[in-house]
Amino acid sequence: MTAALRFDPIRLPPECEQLRKEVRAFLAEEIAAGTFDPHQPNREDTDAPEFSRRVGAKGWLGMTWPKKYGGHERSFLERYVVTEEMRVANAPTRRFFVADRQSGPVLLKYAPENIKMDILPRICRGEVCFAIGMSEPNSGSDLFAAKTRATKTDGGYLINGTKIWTSSAHIADYMIAIFRTSPPTKENRRHGLTQFLVKMKQPGIEVNPIQQITGQYEFNEVVFTDFFVPEDHVLGEVDGAWKQATSELAYERSGPERFLETYYVLTELVRAVGNNPDTRSAEGIGRLVAQLHTMRRMSVSVAGMLQAGKEPVVEASIVKDIGTVWEQALPHRVRDLAAFVEETATNRETLENQLSFAIKTAPKLTIQGGTTEVLRGIIARGLGLR
Amino acid sequence: MRNAVAESENIVAETAEKIFADLADAQTINRDKNGAWKAPLWQALSESGLPLSWVPEDCGGSGASLAEGFSVLSAAGRFAVAVPLAETMLAGWLLAQAKISSPDGEMTVAPASPKDRITLNADGSLSGKARGVPFAKAAKHIAVVAGDAKGLSIALVEAAKCRIDSGLGLGGDHSDTVTFDKVQPVTTKPAPKGFEQTHLMLMGGVARSLQIAGALESMLEISVRYSNERVAFEKKISKFQAVQHNLARLAGESAAALAAATSAADAIANATSFNDEVFLEAVSAKIRCSEAAEKGGGIAHQVHGAIGFTSEHILHRYSLRALGWRDDFGSESYWAVELGRLVANRGADELWPLVASR
Repeated sequence: MTAALRFDPIRLPPECEQLRKEVRAFLAEEIAAGTFDPHQPNREDTDAPEFSRRVGAKGWLGMTWPKKYGGHERSFLERYVVTEEMRVANAPTRRFFVADRQSGPVLLKYAPENIKMDILPRICRGEVCFAIGMSEPNSGSDLFAAKTRATKTDGGYLINGTKIWTSSAHIADYMIAIFRTSPPTKENRRHGLTQFLVKMKQPGIEVNPIQQITGQYEFNEVVFTDFFVPEDHVLGEVDGAWKQATSELAYERSGPERFLETYYVLTELVRAVGNNPDTRSAEGIGRLVAQLHTMRRMSVSVAGMLQAGKEPVVEASIVKDIGTVWEQALPHRVRDLAAFVEETATNRETLENQLSFAIKTAPKLTIQGGTTEVLRGIIARGLGLR
Repeated sequence: MRNAVAESENIVAETAEKIFADLADAQTINRDKNGAWKAPLWQALSESGLPLSWVPEDCGGSGASLAEGFSVLSAAGRFAVAVPLAETMLAGWLLAQAKISSPDGEMTVAPASPKDRITLNADGSLSGKARGVPFAKAAKHIAVVAGDAKGLSIALVEAAKCRIDSGLGLGGDHSDTVTFDKVQPVTTKPAPKGFEQTHLMLMGGVARSLQIAGALESMLEISVRYSNERVAFEKKISKFQAVQHNLARLAGESAAALAAATSAADAIANATSFNDEVFLEAVSAKIRCSEAAEKGGGIAHQVHGAIGFTSEHILHRYSLRALGWRDDFGSESYWAVELGRLVANRGADELWPLVASR
């Protein structure tokens, strides 16, 4: 047999249901208080510092981390519940999402103790925003072509070069970035990159906005000019960032955010067709719900395997591949069905506005966080083809 | 506790796997045009008690759990087993719902389509027509859901007393039309309170989902193996990125089918009733696995090229059966309409709570 894929039928433990109720109640209060409108995913207020602090105060950031760093030592499955409820409600999670999912775990693993004690509790309180500095103008999917240099200097490194497509860099307090500390070797072209913690909002860093086709502003170009990073901000092995990247991918790639990004159009379609749909609408909705349910069961299964200490890298890549292709197609399938919605449907305008935004969002979904092509390469390697 | 259960599931599934490996090897079966392999396989399965897995011991069965039985069906799918094992298991399960003992030998169930109805007449006989009944021609008995004004009953019928018009499914296995023309059953008992014909369709649908998922696992395995052997343009075809990406998509379809089917099986095995959540699980599995059979099977054939299109090659044993299984106990488009109506009826704001219920 080829290395068999595993998707155990993980069920969420009972404590998750209580937590889900709490999250729903909290979000309902926030919506009632006017913090955000769940029907307006295309709003400008996705950065909501006060909301972030209230989520932190609830104990829903750094949920799985050790208590001594401000974490709550809860399970990945509990974190999963919080993440999916926030996503489905279109809550403004931009300020804390990257730190909670990705940057915090990297710091936990590779940062020196003093930095962990300083930053992790602030992430848990929802006070700090992180960006990820991977892509460069000539290095996107091909991560190991990165050229931004970190040159050794007294007590640290001097950074020169440009990162691009950096989401949230304009509001971020920190960035976790990879910089070139040595040239690649003949034997290993992945050699020579090092992961760094960068404190943003300082001289030597210039953040330039890049407008997106949705009309939103998330992307930036970040230019470093003789920017100083102290020695203790090196994360992990010098020249060895490539060894550190893969195990985190399972966390980054399999979560509910990988298939729920355009979910709101499905809810709105169901509202628009009403209680007694014609056969075509019913069939279309039924298929989409079956596909959604399957995606979620796959994603929960990976979360369960992570909780059990496994590293389901191939399974996680499959979740992101299928999930992002699905959420990309979803607005188009909903549009197909929306053609049959009665003119009198009360939410017609909301549905049309949402569709317009979701269709514009769709192209990025199979690019961000690892393109479909990169994912299929990883899956192919897992199958023993490469 | 959970581990103990998982372990016994493994023992039952391993027993099945071993029998299939010894007596249902795809290459051997594919070469045997006379079907001489069928009798020894069925005998070995019967001796191990597998066909009556879901029948309690006091009804003549081996009293395995639902979960154990489902794991047998996954294995049966991996071997694309072409004897009425799933059908006999379902029949035994159905009869046990009304505490009717299971006889020896091959069985099947009717109706096998959600739109067919069998009537229980005042004189105790059955009337009606059931289409697409798998393996009716090979069955000694048929377990039937029949209705009258008072409600549903479950009946055990001798197959010989019915008119059976032969048909063949895509995989070449019998898929027959069974006509009940005032047929007197061996036994008839009222179905338990709350039982619906839909429950049989959902059980059958989950069985087929597990079989499709199993067949896709095997299609992935043999496609990967073939791509690592076949040389074209002076290299193994597994080294072409286009082929790699196709196989990655096949892995994705196989994974989706596996996840949907095992999740639904787990949901039914642990459910106290066939509620909306179980309905979502069961029909989603049937819908998604059927879609995967088309997409995944298509890729497996594409990777194999012309050789996979020959009857000599084993690929069709998996690909055509997986496609054929889509039609049993309600097709994916039938269930999509039903699921869509359920979702619409519950209303937009109840969709997410349903999806996130487990």
